[in-house]
Amino acid sequence: MMQEGLDDGPDFLSEEDRGPRAVNVDLEMDATLQVDISDALSERDKVKFTVHTKSTLPNFKQNEFSVVRQHEEFIWLHDSFVENEDYAGYIIPPAPPRPDFDASREKLQKLGEGEGSMTKEEFTKMKQELEAEYLAIFKKTVAMHEVFLCRVAAHPILRKDLNFHVFLEYNQDLSVRGKNKKEKLEDFFKNVVKSADGVLVAGVKDVDDFFEHEKTFLLEYHNRVKDASAKCDRMIRSHKNAADDMNRIASSLYTLGTQDSTDLCKFFLKVSELFEKTRKIEARVAADEDLKLADLLKYYLRESQAAKDLLYRRSRGLVDYENANKALDKARAKNRDVLQAETNQQLCCHKFEKISESAKQELIDFKTRRVAAFRKNLVELAELELKHAKGNLQLLQSCVGVLKGNT
Amino acid sequence: MASSADRNPPPFPASEEPQPELSDMAEGDSDEGEDIFVSNSHPASVSRGVSQPEEPADLFSEEATTTAKPNGVHSDDDDLFAEAQADLSSDPSSDSTRKDLSSSSGPPSARSPAALQPTSLEQVPPLTKLLRNPQTPAGNHLHRHLRLPVPICHVLFLFKPKCLNCFGFRFCINVALCVAAGRRRGQGYFRCGCCCHQPRESRRWDECICGLQSIHQGVYFKALMFNSGCEVLCSHSPSFPRVLLQTSLPMFKSKAFTARRRFSDFLGLYEKLSAKQSLHGCIIPPPPEKSVVGMTKVKVGMDDPSSVEFVEKRRAALERYLQRIVSHPLLLQDPDVREFLERDDLPRAVNTQALSGAGFLKMITKASDAVSKMTIKMNESDTWFEDKFQEVDMEEQQLRKLHAVVDSLVNHRKELCMNTAVFAKSMAMLGNSEDNTALSRALSQLAEVEDKMEQLHQEQAGSDFFIFAELLADYIRLLGAVRGCFDQRVRAWQRWQEAQSTLQKKREAEAKLLWANKPDKLQQAKEEIAEWEAKVTQYERDFDRIGMTVRKEVLRFEKEKAKDFKSQIIKYLEAMLQSQQRLIKFWEAFLPEAKAIA
Repeated sequence: MMQEGLDDGPDFLSEEDRGPRAVNVDLEMDATLQVDISDALSERDKVKFTVHTKSTLPNFKQNEFSVVRQHEEFIWLHDSFVENEDYAGYIIPPAPPRPDFDASREKLQKLGEGEGSMTKEEFTKMKQELEAEYLAIFKKTVAMHEVFLCRVAAHPILRKDLNFHVFLEYNQDLSVRGKNKKEKLEDFFKNVVKSADGVLVAGVKDVDDFFEHEKTFLLEYHNRVKDASAKCDRMIRSHKNAADDMNRIASSLYTLGTQDSTDLCKFFLKVSELFEKTRKIEARVAADEDLKLADLLKYYLRESQAAKDLLYRRSRGLVDYENANKALDKARAKNRDVLQAETNQQLCCHKFEKISESAKQELIDFKTRRVAAFRKNLVELAELELKHAKGNLQLLQSCVGVLKGNT
Repeated sequence: MASSADRNPPPFPASEEPQPELSDMAEGDSDEGEDIFVSNSHPASVSRGVSQPEEPADLFSEEATTTAKPNGVHSDDDDLFAEAQADLSSDPSSDSTRKDLSSSSGPPSARSPAALQPTSLEQVPPLTKLLRNPQTPAGNHLHRHLRLPVPICHVLFLFKPKCLNCFGFRFCINVALCVAAGRRRGQGYFRCGCCCHQPRESRRWDECICGLQSIHQGVYFKALMFNSGCEVLCSHSPSFPRVLLQTSLPMFKSKAFTARRRFSDFLGLYEKLSAKQSLHGCIIPPPPEKSVVGMTKVKVGMDDPSSVEFVEKRRAALERYLQRIVSHPLLLQDPDVREFLERDDLPRAVNTQALSGAGFLKMITKASDAVSKMTIKMNESDTWFEDKFQEVDMEEQQLRKLHAVVDSLVNHRKELCMNTAVFAKSMAMLGNSEDNTALSRALSQLAEVEDKMEQLHQEQAGSDFFIFAELLADYIRLLGAVRGCFDQRVRAWQRWQEAQSTLQKKREAEAKLLWANKPDKLQQAKEEIAEWEAKVTQYERDFDRIGMTVRKEVLRFEKEKAKDFKSQIIKYLEAMLQSQQRLIKFWEAFLPEAKAIA
């Protein structure tokens, strides 16, 4: 498993298992196309990912190759999928979130400013902590990007996309510029239109029971996952805060303990040690919860959004089909442009059916994937909680035993 | 604590009996002893039986049980000791001592025999044993009479009535009076939040119906030194509401009694004690602070959890305050303390109010003290004091820092608690909307686990606060008191120096008069000089004495502190331990559910 809680050193690169590091997604990797992110470099503003591909497919020039990509290029790839009409019937794997080191950077800065007011040990300790945090965020963002690529590679249709191949292979800069202001504004309007449309389209009752059911289900599910994800984040944050506090308690006790060499001071030293270790465990618990629970929820938030988008596209197709039907009838009645209307109608019908078919399959897959992922993560969450709690318990027991024995 | 050999029993006037025996008595105290309840049902001692059967009535009529007893301690001191002596010589079986007492209750027979129970110091069982045995005949007997056993001693605060089940909030405090008051006012009984949903059952005395056992064990208000013969217990059980002051000291009128006190009474006690004892250099434990915000909320009658917490916090703090006072051998002998514990109605301590005349006076004296401290620097002949002072200062600073951090831990845990609760609900909703049944079930289970975790976190926060944070806060205040102690010594030195300089001036005046040859004034001058010389010697002696007392006090304080810290921190760690165990249970229950998802 890629992220085993907070590992102490910056050992990101030394990870042994390079198998499918699919955190939240169960994928079968077949040898024809394997993609992973072998390296990542964090510069001041951006993160550079090294995408490594192993493939036996004929259209690639080599069997194994690597390119360096940035976050914007991933987004470009995702958007190209979304805009491609052919893929309207598939759930497009959600785009990875932007790497966000702001919070961590802020904290590091504050630490630097407050350097004078703390003792040397405190300072080094806090610095280590912050660095570990930074590293954890970094690892997570790399994982997200990788999962996106793996999903695309595993999808039977999407993996054949030309853009994808270019993304994987093209050595030089794709020169994907980020959207400039005009385009961002366009996007914004498009979104507004889309959501208005979505509301209209959602009102259309679907003939097919399956899709109707899915629509209501997904809507509700999406909202609840959003809620749960936000609350999970808050909970984990306060957990981390509590663990941080224990760290400070440990250092305070340590200073108290080093005042003197009386019995009481030795007692304090021992307790301070205990707090340190307990805190490490608590921090791990928080990190694991974050990983297994919060990330899971976040991922499925995005996936359910993608599924909703699929349904929207399908409904849109349905509406278009129905409109084409009406237009055809009108044309037949007026006996004008019949052929055009007919071809149009045929097109819409064909499109709609294609979407429906693949959508059904996709949605069923989505369900199975979801259940499997939840199962895996919940089981792992429970096991990790137990492991940490037992460790904590043992620690406390031994410490209390020693303390009682001494007094 | 000074060994029993050093300790002198309360200095009763005109007491000629050899004192040491009392201290011997005191040592054997802890494990054996007469069951005070049992003794009451014993026919031989019914007459003096602390009139236990009548006590309940007395109790509820809010008069201290002392009303049945005609004589106060102070007038009958010799006889008291005489009796005590007699008993000591008798053989330690309960019956025989009782018989002795009844036979020897000659002249002082009118006096409350209850006060004599102390004789059976060796035979007084720790109340714990007593309480674990609700089957004692006396217990049932009392039960019959009153549906509540006799509360031995209460120190109660006039707060809102408390839960009948667990007799308190988390830190149970006796409430019998309030319950009785409730009855009298025709109101129903009350239950605290933790007990509201529980069926009424009888529980062991140290188990709360809420299952929050560790916290509910009540506070052992136990005087550490059995030498002082005073065991003050506070335990919690549906049958025994309580702060029990079981005393074997002859100086208390009765063996067990209760009194109602207001918060200002506690402050008043502190004022009186500091005025008197601090002159001798004792360390007076300071009471908890006033809090305008907290009290107004309570008075306004707002029922939110923060005011409940405030009440609890204050109650626990006052209990610890009393415990410290009572465990201090010198303070325990102070008549003010006894009066505080015994009298029905203390005169209202008006001078503790912030805006009173006395309050202003206090502020002014404090200011002037501060100024004088700055101006006069004492030349320290004894470096021990200086070193200690520095140590105390540093320690206080560090405790303050630690306290701040623990406070923030408490806040974060409370936050965690809230967030976990909210998350649990949202998880439950998610589970509802999930259509795969196994997953849906697992998610609802997860929601339940998170709910239980929330409770765990809440308890943990409580223990963080009440065990750890309050310990630190107490000691910060105590260290302040220690500093006050040192200041007293400096002041004594200043007095001495001033007296010396006045003496010098008088001598110079005398010399001048001699030279000016005015014989009548000369006489006066000589008298004054003699007077001042005496003062100087006295002040010097005072100073030395204070110095010694301060030393002793500080050593005693440090020992106490070490013990206190160790025991409290161990308690805190044990609470953490227990919560981890429960956490393990919760997650173990969840794991199979998670694995069962198909």
